[in-house]
Amino acid sequence: MARVYISSVIGAPADRIWQTIRDFNALPDWVPAVRESRIEGGQPADQVGCVRAFRLQDGGFLRERLLALSDYDFSVSYAILESPMGVENYIATLKLAPITDGNRTFAEWTAEFDCDPANEAELIDNIGTNVFQAAFDALKARFGA
Amino acid sequence: MIRVVRSTVIDAPIAAVWEILRDFNGHDRWHPIVRRSRLEESKRTDQIGCVRNFDLEDGANVRERLLSLSDNERRFRYTIVDADIPLHDYVADVELKPVTDGDRTFWRWSSAFNTPPGQEQELAALVATEVYEAGFAAVRSRVERPSAGERQMREAAQAAPSVRPAAGAAIEGAAIVIERHGGAEELRLARTEAPPPGPGQVRLRQTAVGVNYIDVYCRTGYFDLLKPPGVPGLEAAGVVVDTGPDVRHLAPGQRAAYACPPLGAYASVRTMDASLVMPLPDHIDAETAAAALLKGVTAEFLLHRVHAVAPGETVLVYAPAGGVGRILCQWANRLGATVIGATSTEEKARASRAAGAHHVIVPGEKSLEEQVRDLTDGHGADVIYDAVGRDSFAHSVDALAVRGHLVSFGQASGDIGSQDISVLAGCSATLSRPNYVHYTDTPEKFGASAERLFDAIERRIVTIEIGQRFDLKNAADAHRALESRETTGSTVLIPPHDGEAAS
Repeated sequence: MARVYISSVIGAPADRIWQTIRDFNALPDWVPAVRESRIEGGQPADQVGCVRAFRLQDGGFLRERLLALSDYDFSVSYAILESPMGVENYIATLKLAPITDGNRTFAEWTAEFDCDPANEAELIDNIGTNVFQAAFDALKARFGA
Repeated sequence: MIRVVRSTVIDAPIAAVWEILRDFNGHDRWHPIVRRSRLEESKRTDQIGCVRNFDLEDGANVRERLLSLSDNERRFRYTIVDADIPLHDYVADVELKPVTDGDRTFWRWSSAFNTPPGQEQELAALVATEVYEAGFAAVRSRVERPSAGERQMREAAQAAPSVRPAAGAAIEGAAIVIERHGGAEELRLARTEAPPPGPGQVRLRQTAVGVNYIDVYCRTGYFDLLKPPGVPGLEAAGVVVDTGPDVRHLAPGQRAAYACPPLGAYASVRTMDASLVMPLPDHIDAETAAAALLKGVTAEFLLHRVHAVAPGETVLVYAPAGGVGRILCQWANRLGATVIGATSTEEKARASRAAGAHHVIVPGEKSLEEQVRDLTDGHGADVIYDAVGRDSFAHSVDALAVRGHLVSFGQASGDIGSQDISVLAGCSATLSRPNYVHYTDTPEKFGASAERLFDAIERRIVTIEIGQRFDLKNAADAHRALESRETTGSTVLIPPHDGEAAS
């Protein structure tokens, strides 16, 4: 099982950042690689079990199911149902924690998945750098570093 | 219940921060409100259940128990056992997470507790600011990378010519120094100096240092022999560098050894009272002397002076495969006694038989005293050498022959505590509690013991097995091995040669 862990510090209170992140249908608003997104079956974006279908800037198409959402822990977990990445059993969690010293936020994003061992290192690097860190960089640009 | 949460980001890699925080007994090294920390009951700093005892700068005392520790998640949880501050049901978590973006560390310190009514605000503020936030600042100042300005100033300072006091005739070397009582991690390498010997003194370059279980007791503070900061160790061997006035029995270049207080043997060079140091005979090399002297001299006075073992007597030795036990078995056998070893495993039983035990008993269906009676046709043991202590004392009394002699010379299982001496009337027993110091505190006493030991080694009555050697700088590993019962035979530390720097 491969594991990706990326964390960062964002210069705004966690509850503010959370308002952006908790919307499971809002990836195009803050993740640069995502072009458009919709929730299947007209379900609310905060209904656990709902599926978001979204398209990347490069044309790639993904479907992800919301597994858990916690307004108390500022935490969201989801699984990939369909993607061009060649991953199986992919589950990721994005979580915010307040930094009391300076009103900032500690953000961490983890993913675990199975894949062809030949592609593992490249996938870990790609997900970590081009997806998670890129999204954090976008949040930092928006809320402050 | 009140909850306090404080968190921060430290601009240093997580490993550097965790190294500081993980030492449950180390808060007095960095936290401004903790004046002194020590661990109770000889536990180790990473032993779950250990209790740290804080003296705070304001005079208050706080005792806290480690509830959990995870190197994997880099977190620990602890609770206040009792404190002069009214924080009740206090449980706190310290947790680190890596900030991969910039190789920094996220640190969260949180707790939940109750207070007397009306003190909630005041105590929550105290915990949040004076404990947690002050702790953040203290660790930050220790590990954060210097800013560019600070770096320039530091480099400028380093570039300035250093003014060093003349070293005089002192010899530089390395020593293990304990800054305060605690676990094996308190054994740290430092630079030391051996001054020129004064009247009645000798200066030694030490080539082998003996490790004994008593060193552990000194390190933890169980024995009050080492007042930190100080250098542990009771025995070493090496070569005489020079002697002060009035020293006749030693000369430069001569090989010599000692095994006695005061402590200070864990060093590459040492200046000390020459009367405590004896020249080594040619057939005893330095490592053998360091491995043998304290344990062998102990065995010598136990077998010859505390009790004079006579042919035909039955001698019971606990831990017969250990350092002193092995020598006791060998020597008692040659004195004509019937030797019974009491040990725990088949492997140690084999080692005991090899050392000269005629019989070995291991825990089984029958008690120790029943097994001793079975082996001696109901007679029992004439003398018992017992360094186990608490767990063995009652069994030893029951295993004695009529007018037998119980020699209690250690407490590996814990303090013996109070005992009812009327039980000794059951067999008119004699009880001794000898102390090494009282059998070795003059050159005459020590010299006589050591000579008899060296003679026994030369005649192969006693053989010394060095089971493990550690570099002096790795003394902590030696203690860990000893405490986890992983060692066989004797353990010696090898100090660095001249020119090898302490780091």
